[in-house]
Amino acid sequence: MSDRKRPDSSSWEEQSKENPDDSGRGAITRRGFLRGAGLTAAGTALLDGVQALGSAAHTPEEPALPKVGPGPVAITLNLNGKQHALEIEPRTTLAETLRVHLGMTGTKVSCDRGACSACTVWIEGMTVCSCMMLTIDVGARAVTTIEGLAHGDTLHPVQAAFIEHDALQCGFCTPGMVMSCAALLERIPNPAIEDIRTAIGGHICRCGTYPHILAATLAAATARKA
Amino acid sequence: MTKLADETLRTEIFPYGIAGVGLSQVKRQVPLDEPPPLPPNDDLLFIGKPVPRQNGRAMVTGEIHYTADINLPGMLYGRILRSPLPHAEIQAIDISAAEHHPGVRSVIILSPPGDPQTAVLRYVGAPVAAVAAVSMAAAEEALALIRVSYKPLPFVIDMDEARKPIAPLVFDAASAPGGHPAGAPSALPLNGNVRGPSTVSRGEVVQGFAQADVIVEAEYRTQVQTHCCMEPHGLVADWRADGLTVYISTQFTAGVRHELAEAFELPLSRVRVVVDGMGGGFGSKSMLGNYGRIAVGLSRKAQAPVRIVLTRQEEQMDAGNRPATWQHLRIGAKHDGSLTAISLVSYGTAGVGLGAGVGNVAEALYTCPNFESAQNDVFTDAGPGSAMRGPGNTPGAFGMEQAIDELAERLALDPVALRDRIDPSPRRREERRIGAEKIGWQHRRVPGADAGPIKRGIGMAQSIWASNVQINSACEVRVLRDGSVQVLSSVQDIGTGVGTVLAQVVAEVFGLHPEDVVIRIGDTDFPSGPPSHGSRTTASITPPARTAAWRVLQLLLADAAVALNAPVDVLVARDGRIQVRDNPAKSMSFRDVAAGLRTDSISAVATRSDDYPGFRHKSGDAAQAQQDLGGVQFAQVVVDTETGIVRVERVVAVQDCGRPLNPRLIESQVQGGVLMGVSYALFENRIIDQNTGRMVNPNLEEYKVVGIREAPQIDVTVLENYQGNSATDAYGIAEPANIATAPAIANAVYNAIGIRLRSLPMTPSAVLAALGKVPQGNMTS
Repeated sequence: MSDRKRPDSSSWEEQSKENPDDSGRGAITRRGFLRGAGLTAAGTALLDGVQALGSAAHTPEEPALPKVGPGPVAITLNLNGKQHALEIEPRTTLAETLRVHLGMTGTKVSCDRGACSACTVWIEGMTVCSCMMLTIDVGARAVTTIEGLAHGDTLHPVQAAFIEHDALQCGFCTPGMVMSCAALLERIPNPAIEDIRTAIGGHICRCGTYPHILAATLAAATARKA
Repeated sequence: MTKLADETLRTEIFPYGIAGVGLSQVKRQVPLDEPPPLPPNDDLLFIGKPVPRQNGRAMVTGEIHYTADINLPGMLYGRILRSPLPHAEIQAIDISAAEHHPGVRSVIILSPPGDPQTAVLRYVGAPVAAVAAVSMAAAEEALALIRVSYKPLPFVIDMDEARKPIAPLVFDAASAPGGHPAGAPSALPLNGNVRGPSTVSRGEVVQGFAQADVIVEAEYRTQVQTHCCMEPHGLVADWRADGLTVYISTQFTAGVRHELAEAFELPLSRVRVVVDGMGGGFGSKSMLGNYGRIAVGLSRKAQAPVRIVLTRQEEQMDAGNRPATWQHLRIGAKHDGSLTAISLVSYGTAGVGLGAGVGNVAEALYTCPNFESAQNDVFTDAGPGSAMRGPGNTPGAFGMEQAIDELAERLALDPVALRDRIDPSPRRREERRIGAEKIGWQHRRVPGADAGPIKRGIGMAQSIWASNVQINSACEVRVLRDGSVQVLSSVQDIGTGVGTVLAQVVAEVFGLHPEDVVIRIGDTDFPSGPPSHGSRTTASITPPARTAAWRVLQLLLADAAVALNAPVDVLVARDGRIQVRDNPAKSMSFRDVAAGLRTDSISAVATRSDDYPGFRHKSGDAAQAQQDLGGVQFAQVVVDTETGIVRVERVVAVQDCGRPLNPRLIESQVQGGVLMGVSYALFENRIIDQNTGRMVNPNLEEYKVVGIREAPQIDVTVLENYQGNSATDAYGIAEPANIATAPAIANAVYNAIGIRLRSLPMTPSAVLAALGKVPQGNMTS
């Protein structure tokens, strides 16, 4: 994917800490939208954080979005290098859009509230939980999913290394893991083990593939240099 | 073949024993239509080699389809309305508004009022009604339109409270499920909320304790652990006039087919169960489940396919769990370490379900002439438990293996040396030797040796698990006219890589490469495969796969013998060719032999024969090999006595599984077992509010599962243990790899701080309480 942008941060949180006034991409984060049901004390605390982030990130040159919905809205999604014209309800998450509307089921939903990172995709090379982002907030930014990672039949080095090192068992967390490890290598081509632990610290794998993911990601880093 | 007469058997000589320790040979009687013995792994091309996972590419590209990825034309979305109360009777239910929602296609009532057998709900999350609608959003809207009138009833959540005579009754005698703490369907007495005891006894326990020089006695507690499969439970049910097809995330396609046929009164021939990608089960996906029946019911009523995939909250409340246990253990021993008596009393709760026993660790792990146990199930108003990775033995080992360590200390014996004395297994002896060397056991210090607040320790524990076999297991192998090969069975790959080992086994027979073997599994239209639970899949399905391939090969060799003008018994399949054994020049390609087939394909179906020396137990479809599965694990921990945080730095796992077929896949499974054990030991805990009956952490952020930051370094060694038992001589690994981890960590924590933690999970607050730095809390439910 020649037009894929290089990721410059592993997560929004990190980026916003480094550069709190940078709002060029809008105020949308993996934390940005909590879905209605089951708000807990922790969720409320998150909401407070979202409001803080939102106000910090709102700038005059980017006016607030017009009110839309609740009916379907026409959007264009820049996905894996192709433009997709869609009509979606504003409440639709990016994960739902990918899986239900576009039939691209490589992105998995496991907790549906940003706790397991199975649904990780890239937005402009930055990893986000697609279950925590509304599709209408993606805007024109480039979305990359697991389906867009390989170059035709040639697997991304992280994908190849995951097979080689058996960094997967049931495979359900695997697309998300691959997206985060691949993003890490774009950002830090020569990662230390601690970098990998940080990159997938928010992912859950119930089968226990973490040791092989460490090995695979280190091997992929070496393979990319070769 | 129903019964083997002598003329159907031949004598063969198999490798026997542990490679590297001392391989010998054993004679076995083998059915004439089964293949000759395999040599040890060193002499094989693909078996025993780290062949990459056959569906790995589909997994890393996201192409593999899991149940939630299936989208049939006209498919509806099902959702379940669940009880908000832990114990209530439904007095009225009105679904008319939901039925009139424009997106709704069917609504069914699951707990009709009037009949106490159906109208009483006994846990928060129990299904009440269900809808199928054209979108998930419409289904959720429709759930909100269902009006239910509940009459609240007294309830009990805490197991200790539930045991009291004054406790509210979860069930009356007429409605209580019958059964056995180990899962067997036998009727045990019901006393209040307690079903049991289930007892085992041998020797004279009173006399045994009288003979003891030392007696240790203590209570142990384990928490409820939920399975947290990354893929939620779910299915797509497609009810049609000519039959039912169900795509389901399952550990047992053939078993689900039986359940569906019985529940919906269909012949087996009209029920098809399919699974491709399967995102983890760990014991919780062996059955159809209430959600499965609901989806089929909705599909039948709506005359359209219906998909139900549980939400994470539903997963945590009503998709099974590992029951909580309380164990009282008493062990007597002579000064030399020999055990004189063991007594075990346990109470466990699987909520409204049964099966909360603590397994056979105390009964079977060590030599002891006098033993008695009494295991009980306690009903509480909580979601039903189910099997989970090493059910029974995992909580059971947490108690027993700490008790043995405590005994060693009382006897002033090294814990490894004591086990060398009382453990009859030659495999575990070797596993202890290897593990002790790797962890640096000789450097183990006295408990609490570190002077500062950060204290390190090492500990070990052992597992025991039956070598399970499903004899109702069949596999078809086909060779097609172009020389390509297919393996077909309903067996499912739940993440263990069984398809890969089937390809290895079949490729080895044909002299082909595993990549040349196409695996078609997870579909009941193929020969009936085993369940993927009880660590029995590999043991059950690889022998018939090899046998079927071998039978097909005999047909091909006969054809090749004619073409090559050579006697059939000198022909071998090797490197993609059929050749005369000692004259590779006299050969033809496998493909050319296949091209001469009379039909487009030839095939053979083989079933799992009995283990050649016979089984230890056999009952119905299930059997157990003569030898148990072992496994010994050593853990190194660091305990921060100021924060109470326990970190597991390193685990050395030494396991056995008969003949290892694929060391890389086995290593993955052992790492997974260890990590699930770390998670069980330190983090996981289903917490239910005693006042409302609601789970307060029904998610993956407050229900803490081990992540990579808490993952220790894991060193895996697997013995090659040859027994001459079957066409592959392979057994399972998943469960024995999980059983020893938590007690090994607990024993290491003791070694670090000199205080024994007898309850799980060993959270910071529990550690600080044990150290006397904070008051004892009660966080378990």
